[in-house]
Amino acid sequence: MSAATPDVGLDVPRTLDPLASAPETRRRPTSFGTVAATAFMIVMTVLWIVPILFALYVALRPISSTATYGYVSLPHGGLTFSNFTDAFTQGQIGHYFVNTVIITVPTVIVALVLASAVAFVLTRLHFRGAIFLLILFTAGNLLPQQAIITPLYWLFTQLELPIPGAVLYNTYLGLIVINVTFQLGFCVFVLSNYMRSIPDEIYEAARVDGADLWTQWWRLTLPLCRPALAALATLLTTWVYNDFFWATVLMSSGDKRPITSALNNLQGQFVSNQNTIAAAALLAAIPTLVVYFVLQKQFIAGLSLGSAKG
Amino acid sequence: MDEIRTTAHDVPDAARHSVGTPIGRRTVLKGFAAFAGAGVLAACGVSGSKSSGGGSGGGGGGGGTTVTFGSNYSDPAPKKAFGALVEAGQKSTGLTVKVNTTDHNTFQNNINSYLQGSPDDLFTWFAGYRVATFAKAGLLETLDDVWDKIGSGFNDATKALSKGPDGHYYLVPIYNYPWVTFYNKSTFEKGGYEVPTTWDQMIALAKKMKSDGLIPFAFAQKDGWPALGTFDILNMRINGYQFHQDLCQHKEAWTDPKVTAVFDQWRELMPYLQSGSTGRIWQDAAKTLESKKAGMMFQGTNQVAAQYVTDGKGLDDLDFFVYPEINPQWGQDSMDAPTDGFCLSKKAKNVDGAKKLLEYIGTGEAEATYLQYDQWDVALATDASVPTYNAIQKKSVEAIGKTKNIAQFLDRDSDGGFADNTVAAAIDKFIEDPTPGTIKSIQSSLEAQAKTVFANS
Amino acid sequence: MSAEVKATPTPAAAPATKRRRRRIPVLSRRDRVLVLIMVAVPLLADLMFVWGPAIATVGLSFADWDNLGGLGNIHYTGVDNYRFAATVDPQFWPAVLHNVIWLLVFIGIASPLGMLFAVIIDRNIKGSRIYQSVLFLPVMLSLALIGIIWELIYSPNYGLLNTLLGHTSDSNSIDWLGNPHLNLWAVLVEASWRQAGYVMVLYLAGLKAVDPSLREAAALDGAGPWSTFWRVVFPVMRPFNIVVLVVTVIESLRAYDLIYITTKGTVLPGLELLSMLVTQYILGQTQRIGYGSALAVVLLAVSVVPITIFLRNAFRREDAR
Repeated sequence: MSAATPDVGLDVPRTLDPLASAPETRRRPTSFGTVAATAFMIVMTVLWIVPILFALYVALRPISSTATYGYVSLPHGGLTFSNFTDAFTQGQIGHYFVNTVIITVPTVIVALVLASAVAFVLTRLHFRGAIFLLILFTAGNLLPQQAIITPLYWLFTQLELPIPGAVLYNTYLGLIVINVTFQLGFCVFVLSNYMRSIPDEIYEAARVDGADLWTQWWRLTLPLCRPALAALATLLTTWVYNDFFWATVLMSSGDKRPITSALNNLQGQFVSNQNTIAAAALLAAIPTLVVYFVLQKQFIAGLSLGSAKG
Repeated sequence: MDEIRTTAHDVPDAARHSVGTPIGRRTVLKGFAAFAGAGVLAACGVSGSKSSGGGSGGGGGGGGTTVTFGSNYSDPAPKKAFGALVEAGQKSTGLTVKVNTTDHNTFQNNINSYLQGSPDDLFTWFAGYRVATFAKAGLLETLDDVWDKIGSGFNDATKALSKGPDGHYYLVPIYNYPWVTFYNKSTFEKGGYEVPTTWDQMIALAKKMKSDGLIPFAFAQKDGWPALGTFDILNMRINGYQFHQDLCQHKEAWTDPKVTAVFDQWRELMPYLQSGSTGRIWQDAAKTLESKKAGMMFQGTNQVAAQYVTDGKGLDDLDFFVYPEINPQWGQDSMDAPTDGFCLSKKAKNVDGAKKLLEYIGTGEAEATYLQYDQWDVALATDASVPTYNAIQKKSVEAIGKTKNIAQFLDRDSDGGFADNTVAAAIDKFIEDPTPGTIKSIQSSLEAQAKTVFANS
Repeated sequence: MSAEVKATPTPAAAPATKRRRRRIPVLSRRDRVLVLIMVAVPLLADLMFVWGPAIATVGLSFADWDNLGGLGNIHYTGVDNYRFAATVDPQFWPAVLHNVIWLLVFIGIASPLGMLFAVIIDRNIKGSRIYQSVLFLPVMLSLALIGIIWELIYSPNYGLLNTLLGHTSDSNSIDWLGNPHLNLWAVLVEASWRQAGYVMVLYLAGLKAVDPSLREAAALDGAGPWSTFWRVVFPVMRPFNIVVLVVTVIESLRAYDLIYITTKGTVLPGLELLSMLVTQYILGQTQRIGYGSALAVVLLAVSVVPITIFLRNAFRREDAR
């Protein structure tokens, strides 16, 4: 999933909080329009939060209570955390979280390293065809996953790796590889936009000081790109965490799957108990919600990074 | 393999033209060689040892004392039963068995790559046409020598289903279960209902149940396959077992008027089937029967009885009857009783050990060990004595024993994808709109699709 | 270190604004290798795992293969797969129709709703922070999660909707996810719940980037907030609008996770979608790789259009420099 806003040529303050409050001139006196807008937004917000609150409510009810009275009922039999503990222990959610970490962390790191490398070369060393490569990378991220799955599946099951004589199918490595590759495009696009805004003088000064390419990249460019990297890291973590398709298709062992695709297993495991499934789903949502509340700024900045122009 | 080589070639072109003056051709080629080399090397290797597709993989090795066993008995109850079987097998043969369990559906969906990659020595599978496809593709080892030893313990019907189309044995069975019509004894007593033996009696019973406020037949079709069972039984009752098998393998056409007759008969049943079936999973339909809101349900014991046990309702009130007769020519001579069993992969590392284990499994004693923990399947070995059988199981053994022809269920007698995707979709259409017009269109559609699916077989 | 030591041939005096520099700095041998690695590794990965398969999919769509017996078993059958899709497969045209409906709902309802949210929040009315946080929340959740949460709402006997409507008993329950006439719309509500927030944030970023002086000028001219938006802001945001449109189209083609988790992988009537059909033929016990690939190519062909528009939009400015 990718979205990158383009270089719209609008004047933008080079801050990474695109949702920073606008200057005071925007405040208008209360008018009918404002009242109507507020009412509308309140209604929408309430509607929007209902599904999550409802799921939470169901997850807190024991199955005996909801089986008799339905989901929409007063909490007869009280509220309980037992569904959550059941989901955690029987559902082995902790185990799936570990799988997720094993897959997500390397993916984000490798993707960012590779993407910044490519972006660096393509933007700082001007050569013909750089644009073509950039387009290649970006477009690769926009393809629907189902469009490439068939040969990819075959490749994963048949391609023999030179090292232990293994295949990529059903391995953590395989999932890392495909996630990295699939997210590369977006990262390259965003980083190249960002790097383009770094003034040439900095590089000239560095070259005068005898900096070689590695130093220029590693010591000079990457630190300057820190905001963009942070934003991308947040985005990537969320997207790889939420990936369902790659893990479902390319990881056959149920117990090696990361959490989002494991929800499918859990649906089967707890098929008689929707409350536990709801609890499991909410548990799975916690990391993304943590990212959301703590790193919301970075996340949103990442989505709109393309518009920052130096 | 071509695509991999070609793409590797593209790299130097891009790099060569695009990088400016200072980067020489030689450097480019050197760098390319390093990566393309690895890529090409990797691309060339297709066969050879690769780690197993399921579970932990790698263990055991070719040693004569370990046998690897791939299993899709992932639900808690079958897993336990299977574990008991394996343990008993180890004791009896002296081998070590390493079990790799994968989620039930995932295992089946990945079976193609599993068998062609690096499968375990033995693996769980099903009898019927499904064995035939793999046998034909040379992915299974023949088991004739095993059956020489165990053959005496099984009847002819079982022997037939364990064979491939070439007449060799490829499977050793472990259990089977019948598809029958379930009901609660108390409901029947209360309503004064009687078990029907003919179609007209069953329809009359359904009508009576409906007027008494019950849902005559609990019915679910969200999973796609449950309704195939109804198709199977109606086809076998109306047109006979042989026609059914031939249709499954596309030796008969789906546009045949005999097939129309099946759907026409089904139309009569439609008003009594639980509505909203495409949105209901079978577990919920079973619950409707449990809660006595429904009067009957046609499904396998492996599902309905299991659901009763999972939901904590005892099996005392549960009973079943064999599907009534429709065409007196056939009577009640056939039924679906899917058989699960084990196969030996062609790529097995420890063939001898695996065969020894199979020889053990193909005995009544082994089946009884498995069935200790299984309250709804039944053994196939004629000499199996299973003291833990409950009433449902005892009746199942009787019912299966009396049946002349045992079918395996549509998705095992036919091409799995065709049955579960194409036929199921057609039946969904029928359920939504059970009219002659719909029937005609789905028949021609099924025939057209079957032609393509079975074109190469 | 004096400048003479390095003897850079680069005319360092070229002004920074001049983009078209003909001379690039001399790279040491080590640097050249480094450049190569930096580009070749990602490029190889991209080609091998994304573009290679994409091209192979096109190739395979003209063949018939059940994935048994290795590559030698691929029979080339020309356009048979496409013909089959167009004339025989009863799921193909419904899938196309549903994909189109999905797209139209996204373009016509979900995204405009998101844009509306963005415009209102951009006006900084009280509580904007809260609105924004709540409306954006679904975007953080995986589609699988969203499917599970909404199943509780749509549950025929216990769900929120049916309870509020009073249709919970077996005889009159509305089967939102099973009824072929309803389920697509039910799922679209779920998808829109997420899509609106996504578009909202994208659009908000763009709105914040609009030069405030434009708005002030309009306000001075006496334009109300509505006409300010339509006459001044919206046209200026044209590139953004294009991006939102493209993103909407691409997201709508990705409708898979949600359906899968709702139907547990089967293709239910009413929820046939191209992405589901593709996987049906690949992830099964009997695989029809060629046919699945043909369907994938259809999906690919449709996505080429928005992808091209996006690329042209994004990179046109690059070339112009």
